[in-house]
Amino acid sequence: MTMAEFTMPSLGADMDEGVLQEWLVRPGDRVRKGEPIAVVETAKSAIEVECFETGTVDRLLVDPGTTVPVGAPLAMISAAEKAAPKRAPGTAGKAGKGTAGEAGRHRPEEAAQKPPEPAPGRQVPGGAVPAPEDGTPGSAGPLVRHLAERSGVDVDTLHGTGPGGRVTRADVERAAAPPPSRQRITPFARRLAGELGVDPASVKGTGKDGGVRAADVRLAAGRPAREAVPRGPVAPAAGAAGPTTMRRAIADLMTRANREIPHYYLSTTVDLAASMAWLREYNRLAPVSERLLPAAMLLKAAARAAREVPELNGFWNEGHFTPGDGVHLGVAVSLRGGGLVAPAIHDADTVPLPELMAGLKDLVHRARSGRLRGSEVADPTLTVTDLGDQGVESVLGVIYPPQVSLVGFGRVVERPCAVDGLLGVRPVVTATLSADHRATDGAVGARFLRVLDRRLQQPEEL
Amino acid sequence: MVQETLSGIVPEADVGSLGPDDRFREVLEIDSLDFLSFLETLGDRAGIRIDDEDTPHLTTVSGCADFLVARTT
Repeated sequence: MTMAEFTMPSLGADMDEGVLQEWLVRPGDRVRKGEPIAVVETAKSAIEVECFETGTVDRLLVDPGTTVPVGAPLAMISAAEKAAPKRAPGTAGKAGKGTAGEAGRHRPEEAAQKPPEPAPGRQVPGGAVPAPEDGTPGSAGPLVRHLAERSGVDVDTLHGTGPGGRVTRADVERAAAPPPSRQRITPFARRLAGELGVDPASVKGTGKDGGVRAADVRLAAGRPAREAVPRGPVAPAAGAAGPTTMRRAIADLMTRANREIPHYYLSTTVDLAASMAWLREYNRLAPVSERLLPAAMLLKAAARAAREVPELNGFWNEGHFTPGDGVHLGVAVSLRGGGLVAPAIHDADTVPLPELMAGLKDLVHRARSGRLRGSEVADPTLTVTDLGDQGVESVLGVIYPPQVSLVGFGRVVERPCAVDGLLGVRPVVTATLSADHRATDGAVGARFLRVLDRRLQQPEEL
Repeated sequence: MVQETLSGIVPEADVGSLGPDDRFREVLEIDSLDFLSFLETLGDRAGIRIDDEDTPHLTTVSGCADFLVARTT
């Protein structure tokens, strides 16, 4: 049987270890490549980590709550073809092909954005171990069958992990054991539950899909929400790691960036009259839920510019530059109550603008609710920070190592502008570039901002 | 309706403590993405379409209420 180790991934340059917070699967579960199978807590936030392999979970090697160094094995996954023994060649073959097609169609990045629908039954909290898809009864010895009967387990629905797919005693005991919690709960709510001495399992969730939110925990603790947030209307909604550890992680990374990276800074004012007019017209005709924000347009233009100036899109490691394998745009998202994360929108240069907008909404929402995925935090090739909402006109940022550039946008403001010898009032934005002087020189950075400007003059082509 | 919608957008916020004339985007740290969902949800609940041009009226709870009354009656 082909076994693969599922290891603690590196979720960013600043991560040496992580806490395995929660398993989303258990032994015997079928998993697909790109599907989240565990929640790992880093200094910054709780991250859903995807499986890199299609197959069956054989063993979990680490208990929740354990701190594990990057690269250490967390679980054993048996590969797909071995997991489906050839009992009924027709159906099993078809199912196998479906899975392979799924894996082939989505690159891991794409799968991260559009996760394949989990197999039915996996969603059900405490649901039985999924039945083999061909429906053929798993073979089991008489002793095991007897044990299964006594425990009220239907042996025919079990996935055998013994030799030749045989159902073993351990399989039956596992199925009979109370299922692990698959409760949806926000990391903040989980932390709060710990502080208030509330058992999360006893809390009725009112969030999306019955998810438990902080308010539910407070309710269960018999305390009004107001008492728990004495310092104003917004409670700190930091990730599971809490504001202090996140602050420290940001401090370490930014100190390293300032120490190691010789930054140079460029800035230019971009006329947005064409873009804003196009956007207004688009939004007037679009359904409300599909409206675009200027931020999405700026991100798209930055991604296109990064494709045209690849010297700024990638990583500086051990004295040399490695270009990124696509434009994976890190988006700096500030969290309510402090701190920030910069997860990636994958292939931002090629996804259509409406899709990028939807991706942005989803990403920001999940960044704030503490449920990002591993592939999103691991590999941005350059980062964009848009402080327009905060009211500033320009931002000269610090690069996230090992990236080599950071693009900044300020607020879109109306300014008097001379165009073709006439003075007019036009919407403009200040675009800036912070770049690593080890990797590029000012001329390259200037080219980037020129391309960015040109892209924003042709919004219909974004 | 305005307060309910705001609580939906910022679940951690104590919307009840918001004054009718507070600029809620600043007080609740609502960015442009949040504000877009706010417009969408509020429009759905009131059964109207809120356009970009309407947003200058929608900076305070009382402003939103006036706007909704004007548009739905």
